[in-house]
Amino acid sequence: MLTIRIAPPLALARPTRLVERNLLVYRRTFMVIFSGFFEPLFYLFSMGFGVGALIGNVPLADGSSVPYVVFVAPALLASSAMNGAIYETSNNFFFKLKYAKLYDAIIATPMSLNDIARGEVMWALLRGSLYAVGFLAVIVVLGLAGFRLVSSPLGLLAFPAAMVVGFGFAGAGLAATTFVRHWRDFDFMQLAIMPMFLFSGTFYPIDGYPPALQAFVQATPLYRGVHLIRALTTGTPDATLLIDLAYLVAMGLIGLAITSRRLGKLLQS
Amino acid sequence: MIPADGSTVAADITTGRRRYHRGVPETTPPVTEQLIHARGLTKCFGSFTAVNGIDFDVAPGEAFGFLGPNGAGKTSTMRMIGTVSPVTSGELTVFGLDPAQHGARIRARLGVVPQADTLDSELSVLENLLTYGRYFDLSWAESRRRAKELLEFVQLSERSDDRVEPLSGGMKRRLVIARSLINEPSLLLLDEPTTGLDPQARHLVWDRLYRLKQRGVTLCLTTHYMDEAEQLCDRLVVMDQARIVAEGSPRQLIDRYVTREVLELRFRRADDETDDSSYLDGRLEGLAERIEQLPDRVLVYTEDGEAAAATAYERGLRPASVLVRRSSLEDVFLRLTGRSLVD
Repeated sequence: MLTIRIAPPLALARPTRLVERNLLVYRRTFMVIFSGFFEPLFYLFSMGFGVGALIGNVPLADGSSVPYVVFVAPALLASSAMNGAIYETSNNFFFKLKYAKLYDAIIATPMSLNDIARGEVMWALLRGSLYAVGFLAVIVVLGLAGFRLVSSPLGLLAFPAAMVVGFGFAGAGLAATTFVRHWRDFDFMQLAIMPMFLFSGTFYPIDGYPPALQAFVQATPLYRGVHLIRALTTGTPDATLLIDLAYLVAMGLIGLAITSRRLGKLLQS
Repeated sequence: MIPADGSTVAADITTGRRRYHRGVPETTPPVTEQLIHARGLTKCFGSFTAVNGIDFDVAPGEAFGFLGPNGAGKTSTMRMIGTVSPVTSGELTVFGLDPAQHGARIRARLGVVPQADTLDSELSVLENLLTYGRYFDLSWAESRRRAKELLEFVQLSERSDDRVEPLSGGMKRRLVIARSLINEPSLLLLDEPTTGLDPQARHLVWDRLYRLKQRGVTLCLTTHYMDEAEQLCDRLVVMDQARIVAEGSPRQLIDRYVTREVLELRFRRADDETDDSSYLDGRLEGLAERIEQLPDRVLVYTEDGEAAAATAYERGLRPASVLVRRSSLEDVFLRLTGRSLVD
């Protein structure tokens, strides 16, 4: 007899339980989630349209050039995917780990450490995807109003690409947070996030950098994310997108593995 | 505690600790006489030995207690049974399964009441139970059904929509107990279930635990309250400094380690009197098999307290107060673990 399995396999079903739990918590305070929605929009209007009016066109990797706002918009999408993932996996995860003792209670159930790590990444992605959808919706509305920010049908892939960026940063964020001992340690995390946001080809091409600095910037995760999404929305993909994808997926997977191990050390002494 | 012929050990080895492989679905639970089986169980944290080669078994339906002062190794033992702390060495099976191999399957059948209330402070009382049921793979409907029933059981139904934080200590404890029952466990682990509760709250918790025992749930608890151990435990072990120092039913332990009665003689002494024993002047010698002398009182362990008191009077002692009482588990405990304060 043919049986159709509708329920997701346990490998994903158990982590989903943690997502459900987080949804229950946020049901009361869902307005908080919207805060992260506006930030990239503010940047889009101030930098993209405001500063962009002074700049004119910007050259792309393939030699063509686009209006500045078209250049900046995909970078802001990548940054908001990063920020969404980091918000959730830094302070919020730390609170649940060290203060709320949430996972101390959960490890007494059949949920494994892997389930916990995966569940928190899924949740961070869910939250990040809300921002991505919101941002893309604004881009669509602007497009209907005559401001075309996406110049290629490949732009449809910007959403899944933003998810990949979110996955990479969520995994890395969780892993980094397991090493945090005190709230003030998050200042160091910001010290890595802020320069990435400003200098990774987000607001201007990095061709002007000395070669050594270029190589360094190209090795940072946000650069890969910006590179990936910009190539899609501007319709200039090439084989280097595979590097972006491999880099971000590997970062997420390694982050998950480190998180599981560290949770074992912290919770199961 | 290891049987002379080693039969228990052999039996449990043949139930196949490693016969069940990861990923192979369990069709019938492995046959074992003991729910928990430990031999030479040891837990070390670095160079510190928290549990030092202990042997014990817990049978289905039993209420089993670990009694001991702080730092005796009770919680470490419970955490190993709960599969949240790896065994350093020795043998441990729970439901006949190896915690290192089958943690999730063991936990699916366990209820755990940890020493500290690890309730989800961001959720309501009811939501705490609902989400916990989900962690055990229950459907929402089933989780909700059981949650309502359990809130009734621990008398928290009226608080089901409240946040957890404003609940009293006793209510939180009851909620943790309700939470531990959401998967209908056959074995309930309770680490100091009533520490810090007021008398009313303690008695309510005891009453609920007693009902669970009546329903056939196996209880395994730690406590340093003698009355709790006497009320709840069919059998207990006394732990001290990482080892088991005695084992038996509360009554057996009292019979074995103390006399039937204790005569307490309290003396009123001047503050400047520092010499310890002068006030007795040897007048209690030979009165009983064991006499324990404290700064202001003397405990005489005897079969007949009244007779001993009379003899003390005859010998010229004039205590400020005289009390004859039945000896309790507390006397056993103090005899075995000493009077010095453990921190």
